Amino acid sequence: MSRFWRWFWVVALGAPVAALSVWGLVDNAKLFVTTALNGLTLAALYFLVASGFTLVFGLMRNVNLAHGSLYLLGAYVGYVVGDKTGSWLLAVAAGFASAALFGLILQVTVFRFMQGQDLRQTLVTIALSIMLADVLLWIFGGEIYQFDPPSWIFGRTPLPLVQVYPTYRLALLVISAAIGVVLWLFLNRTRVGMMIRAGVDDRAMLAAAGVNVQAVFAITFAIGAGLAGFAGVVGGTALSIAPGEDTRYQLASLVVVIVGGMGSVVGAAIGAALIGVAEQFGLAYAPTYSVVFTFVIMALVLAFRPQGILGRRG
Amino acid sequence: MSASQWRKAMNAGAGRTAWPKAAAAPAPPRAAAWPARGAATRGSARSLRWLGARVRARHVLVLLAVLAYPLLAPPFLTFQIGAQSLALGLIALSLTFLAGYGGMVSLAQMTVAGIAGYMYAIFATSGTDISLRWPWWLAVLLALVIATVCGTLIGWFSVRTEGIYTIMITLAIGVAFFYLVQQNYSIFNGFQGFQSVKSPRVLGVELRDPIPFYYLALFWSLAGYFGVKYLLRAPFGVALQGIRDNPRRMAALGFNVTAHRVAAYAVAGFIAAIGGILMVWYNGLVSPGSVGTSWLINILIIAVLGGMRHPIGPFIGAIVFVLLQNFAVDLVDRERFNLLIGGIFLIIVLFSPDGLLGWWAGGAARLRAASARGRWGRRVETGEA
Repeated sequence: MSRFWRWFWVVALGAPVAALSVWGLVDNAKLFVTTALNGLTLAALYFLVASGFTLVFGLMRNVNLAHGSLYLLGAYVGYVVGDKTGSWLLAVAAGFASAALFGLILQVTVFRFMQGQDLRQTLVTIALSIMLADVLLWIFGGEIYQFDPPSWIFGRTPLPLVQVYPTYRLALLVISAAIGVVLWLFLNRTRVGMMIRAGVDDRAMLAAAGVNVQAVFAITFAIGAGLAGFAGVVGGTALSIAPGEDTRYQLASLVVVIVGGMGSVVGAAIGAALIGVAEQFGLAYAPTYSVVFTFVIMALVLAFRPQGILGRRG
Repeated sequence: MSASQWRKAMNAGAGRTAWPKAAAAPAPPRAAAWPARGAATRGSARSLRWLGARVRARHVLVLLAVLAYPLLAPPFLTFQIGAQSLALGLIALSLTFLAGYGGMVSLAQMTVAGIAGYMYAIFATSGTDISLRWPWWLAVLLALVIATVCGTLIGWFSVRTEGIYTIMITLAIGVAFFYLVQQNYSIFNGFQGFQSVKSPRVLGVELRDPIPFYYLALFWSLAGYFGVKYLLRAPFGVALQGIRDNPRRMAALGFNVTAHRVAAYAVAGFIAAIGGILMVWYNGLVSPGSVGTSWLINILIIAVLGGMRHPIGPFIGAIVFVLLQNFAVDLVDRERFNLLIGGIFLIIVLFSPDGLLGWWAGGAARLRAASARGRWGRRVETGEA
């Protein structure tokens, strides 16, 4: 894209958004800032879920439509552990570990034997997500569960303009930013991360170079699934856990990676920010049509950049 | 895009180039075999012979069975099982057409059906004040047109992507529509949806009564089934299957790949719209639940269960699905229906990718092989003796 067109799009899309922001700030600054913060925390959650999804897709071309179920699984396991031990940190660890383990089992027992059969893998994950959702409903019932975060991130923090804001949500922002940085360091500065990136670019070449591709797949799948479980506990603390959340986060991660570009972690971050903020502003300013905002973003991206903002054609 | 543009786009690719190909492909031999000078008697004899060559005993048996079914079965079985299977099968047929022959798995077919249902409920009479109370035929017409247009638009939107991307985008569109109807009260009446939607009364016959409704659903299912079968042998269908197998080669041959794909979405959208209107008459209501994720997935389950290699597959899948749904209580807890259907779906996907039809074909082939082996084995025995 030439420089002129880049600037054209920045102005064409940025100017109305900027104008609306100014209007929002002048009209009701408190509502605007609160909504922006809510949007960012939601975006942080979406990023946690979608980064695992996009990582798995980028490497294995495997659309894991059970990713949302892993979120819910991690959340419930984390809840049980947190309830028994009284430790929120242990709950987070358990959420990560259980989802990672489940993902590992999936990869080793099912997906390994369906390499390259996209549709079949997708159908299998759909079947698994239906079953997992029903089993979880069976065990935990339809009640809404909530976590008790430790006191040092619980409570309210005074902020300019909005007076107070829940500390935990601010902590969530920090946590997911930290996870994003760690993920970036892992992918860009470690040997395994290098292998994963090489696998995303050319799987066959990686195997030819003598790398045990199956092991790389297993590690990636475990990390991606674990991130979903981690997000389950962290997100369940910010909001709540209930049946149906799996579909919600599944859809969110789908839209986020469609917008951000498949297989790109940075793309997932951008997509999550766009979708999360748009959703919250939609809810605050146009409640009837809030879903339309998400959809319009997706439509625009598909129309002008079908591979996603940071995706590559392939 | 206007209709004339469409025709041009399709003709540019299909018209000149497709005809000789289509004739060379599995087109029925009658086209070439009979000279144009055929008299009326020869024409009828020809079609009779053609029928005799193609219709097997099992076709007649199935047709008689579906025609006689409501006379033998109690109203509950006619309506709840028979008619519902047919209506769901019709919606799943649209997915089979898209996925099995166009290679595009769209999860938004239930959304198209839901749009038809919603449009009917909005224009015709229901228990809600939002409904416009227009005559039913006008409502049906509008619903079909709007839903088909929406189906085409969804197609136009998602053909930019391929393979698994299509699944994701159509799923996202479907769920977006679900959230839209759930949140919007001015047009779609939000969470409640439209209750007690009135089905029409034609010539003194209440269409929602079990027997008339069954035959109505049967008529449209047969029309859909034979329509799809016809279309698959027509130049358009042959070109579509070519595109499924190798889009680049078809593009190189001069076919407009995108136009064919979008047209397939339009056809599928029309079929799904008919199914959607049948479903809204059957249920008497349409609500966000009718277009929720679980129903989007259920249509996929039905199509995959039956098998996507033949247009009869979705109807078989629908019968199995509806039977399970109604009688799962006797097998497992009613609450655990999802576990059961998910498990069956998983087994089918893992062990029989072509669905129940694949099982049937595989079993038949194995039987033939076994009997052939048996004969051969005997011959060897006698030879030795």
